[in-house]
Amino acid sequence: MFKKFSPATDIATHTPLKQSVQRNLRADILAQWAIEPETLEAVWPKKEGLVLVKCREHIAIYTVGAEPLFFQHFDGPYYPTLRFLHKYPYILPQVQVDRGAIRFLLAGAHMMCPGLTSPGGRLPPAEAAIPAERMVAIHAEGKEHAVGVGLTKLSTEEMKAVNKGVGVETACYLGDDLWALATL
Amino acid sequence: MGKKRAQSPPRPAVAEGDGASTSQTVEPPKEPRPPQKVFYCEVCSFPLEYCEFGSSLTKCKEWLKEEHPDLYDKYYSEEALTTKIGTLSLEAQAKLDKEAAKKEAKADAKADAALKKKLASQVTIKRIERTKRKHVTAIHGLEAFSIDLKKAAKQLAGRFATGASVTKNAQGLDEIVVQGDVSDEIFDMLEKGDGVLKGVPIANVEIVEDKKKKAE
Repeated sequence: MFKKFSPATDIATHTPLKQSVQRNLRADILAQWAIEPETLEAVWPKKEGLVLVKCREHIAIYTVGAEPLFFQHFDGPYYPTLRFLHKYPYILPQVQVDRGAIRFLLAGAHMMCPGLTSPGGRLPPAEAAIPAERMVAIHAEGKEHAVGVGLTKLSTEEMKAVNKGVGVETACYLGDDLWALATL
Repeated sequence: MGKKRAQSPPRPAVAEGDGASTSQTVEPPKEPRPPQKVFYCEVCSFPLEYCEFGSSLTKCKEWLKEEHPDLYDKYYSEEALTTKIGTLSLEAQAKLDKEAAKKEAKADAKADAALKKKLASQVTIKRIERTKRKHVTAIHGLEAFSIDLKKAAKQLAGRFATGASVTKNAQGLDEIVVQGDVSDEIFDMLEKGDGVLKGVPIANVEIVEDKKKKAE
């Protein structure tokens, strides 16, 4: 999504959001992420206005004090930015890819099932399976911090069974153009 | 709404007393969880453990060794190197290393080319005649020296108390147009590196005149 993104040409508008819209957004995010209201409040205080940055191809980035916090594609889920995820790694369920896949992930590829099911990869056990179309944090073998944020295309149980094709669609990753934008 | 705002103290942890806490009245307001501290590499901006996948590993290593020797040992000591290979086979690892080296060389070459281009690019200050004795000054090529054109235009407008704007010229490239003949002053500002107009080698700046020649 952010493989090629330059603020000069791809950003359409900056608009501060209405309080009522912000309230709804806050509720949505609390429902989508495993985050306590207090913690969210600390990074996004009520007094601090949220700014919606509209970009081409229906990408909307939300910033607080010029720092991107999360983004959305069409009406999809609200993905946290990677910097945000590094600070609060527990807000999303985690999957892990093996070491061989890191290189491809950093080039913006979607994550294929074999990379997740191989010995270096890790998927949650059957009782904690993640359904399809959910946000996940992509971690990497032997690394502490997340390397990307993605959307599962199959449920984790299906990934184990099929073991072929795209398992997690990458939304943003380490070193993409959103990562390069520390502030907007 | 306004009243609430005025009342709520600046600390966010306490501020949610006026709404959110109604659902969890029994417990005292919870403290927000502190964020995890992540060390980012100052060379490639990645978390330290991912430097090896960046395009400037050698530079990252040098920087880390200098600034944080303890962390350097953690990530690049012999045992760390062997454990991180993990489940990957040796051939695959060798291939990965080779590719990393290749990537690095490529990035270096790219940076070199960009620098060369930057050093070679010209800034032109053009005096354009409008009517009779009126002129505008167009400055072209500042963006090559990573100067924010909008900010520069604002600064020039303030400095000369005239209009200054960023417009596209005939070739579709951005330039700053300042009203009035201020080419010499702008040249001086570039020489001194005033405000945002920093980092332009003065040898690359030239003043040209458009249309009828006038006596200086």
